[in-house]
Amino acid sequence: MIINQLSVFVENRPGTLAEVLGVLNAHEINMRAMALADTADFGILRIIVNEPEKVQHILRGAGFTVKATPVLAILVTDYPGSLFEQLNKLSAAGVNVEYVYAFAANSSEKARVVLKVDNLTLAERLINGESQKSEPYRDELGSAPDFYW
Amino acid sequence: MNTYWNKPAETMEREEMTSLQTGRLKEIVDRLYRQQPFYRSKMQAEGLLPEDVATLEDIRKLPFTTKQDMRDNYPYGLFAVPMSEIVRIHASSGTTGRPTVVGYTKRDIGIWSEVAARSLVAAGLSRQSCIQVAYGYGLFTGGLGIHYGAELLGASVIPISSGNTARQIMLMKDFGTTALACTPSYALYLAETMREMGIDPRETSLKVGVFGAEPWSERMRQEIESQLGIRAIDIYGLSEIIGPGVAIECCVQDGLHISEDHFYPEIINPVTGEVLPDGEKGELVITTLTKEGMPMIRYRTRDLTVLHREKCACGRTLVRMSKVLGRSDDMLIIRGVNVFPSQVESVLLSIGETSPHYQLIVDRKDNLDHLTVLVEITEAMFSDEVRGLEHLEGKIKAELASVLNVSATVRLVGPKTIERSEGKAKRVIDNRKI
Repeated sequence: MIINQLSVFVENRPGTLAEVLGVLNAHEINMRAMALADTADFGILRIIVNEPEKVQHILRGAGFTVKATPVLAILVTDYPGSLFEQLNKLSAAGVNVEYVYAFAANSSEKARVVLKVDNLTLAERLINGESQKSEPYRDELGSAPDFYW
Repeated sequence: MNTYWNKPAETMEREEMTSLQTGRLKEIVDRLYRQQPFYRSKMQAEGLLPEDVATLEDIRKLPFTTKQDMRDNYPYGLFAVPMSEIVRIHASSGTTGRPTVVGYTKRDIGIWSEVAARSLVAAGLSRQSCIQVAYGYGLFTGGLGIHYGAELLGASVIPISSGNTARQIMLMKDFGTTALACTPSYALYLAETMREMGIDPRETSLKVGVFGAEPWSERMRQEIESQLGIRAIDIYGLSEIIGPGVAIECCVQDGLHISEDHFYPEIINPVTGEVLPDGEKGELVITTLTKEGMPMIRYRTRDLTVLHREKCACGRTLVRMSKVLGRSDDMLIIRGVNVFPSQVESVLLSIGETSPHYQLIVDRKDNLDHLTVLVEITEAMFSDEVRGLEHLEGKIKAELASVLNVSATVRLVGPKTIERSEGKAKRVIDNRKI
């Protein structure tokens, strides 16, 4: 499914990551996933949270530069070649993966994988089978669920 | 919109202006020689008598006056009238060394109000305007200079002074301010704060801004005009000469008209002191033709500009100076190359994605100068991808290298990490111990 990931600009100096985490803590926001890409001067912190819009607003208010980026989240079963099977569909269709990070699922058999791809809706259709819709995830009442999974 | 405050003075024929200036120059040189020990001894050292200055060109025989002369004669050594005649004392906003003190007679204050009123009218203000003066009041000349000019004009003045940004915005909204006077960097800070407060800066009743006290680029003007939805007018002045109102942009926005019936301008080569012809870039030197309290003979302003005398579409015949291009003393020499903060600013603004909050840091490592340019990241420039941000850094670096002819390290920093100033922006930190 397509979800909104938040990317936060963090300077590469001691304490900047803790500053972001401190803001999230103060607002009792739980991160579902996190990845940090860094260079010599700066890093980009990517996080998955509930209610990304609200969290974006909070972080902005605290003085951070934040961007919401749609990414593809997929479930991968715990057996050899499982991720390959999924990604192979994308590569066969010419979809480019810009970055990937993975984190554990609640169950012991599955892992969650976040992919930033250049053609999001196509990638989602490929993963789910052509018949699936490519709208951002909503529950039956049309609102974002408590948790993404 | 050809309106003038003092049409005869502002549209005087060249010949008439030259004769007026010559008469006033002779008068002031004569008076200073007779009454002012500092100028007399300077003239005597050059073997000059007052009658040696008979034409405007003869002004070149007179030595320059510098900020150092003011420091050496601190506090009142350059005053040319008894203290009983002095009705106001200001001190320069200069931040290095002793303050430079200036004194005004009652007539000086009148002239200052007159040139400030001319300036405001040229900027498009009228009796109907409501001007918020957000320059500092006090020893700094910005606040009171504009204030007196606006009062003489008959506009409504909100003398709020500098600082307290949230209150500035509240009054601007509630009082229906139509004109704003402050530093250009503060104008952008106000716009930024308005947006944070959920106010669209374009929806205020502001029509015009009169911005000065620091050099700013054409790009920065475009930025201010689009962010605030106003016309941004450059005003020039310095306390040593009189304060704001020495020169002003008209509605044509192509150079600042100098009130040359009061202030005689020259452009010199800042290194050799040689006088340069019109159209050539150099340091502005001003002689006050009418000031009583503390006249200035050939004062080296350290501001770099160009003089133009072609006819202006606004109808004013007063000589125009280009927007100040930098400071001859603000200039950094990095590995032998002259670098001005204003060049960095125009590069950042031409890239289009950056806010003008930046800082230059110069260090010397192993006897080699290193220039680092800190650039605050904005939402518009922020990319989710590392290579996107690296590309942006590379782009800024390449542009800077081509404009400055010196390579700089570009470092993107978080928003609001560069110190904000409510007065002049601190653009340069020079850590070199030379």
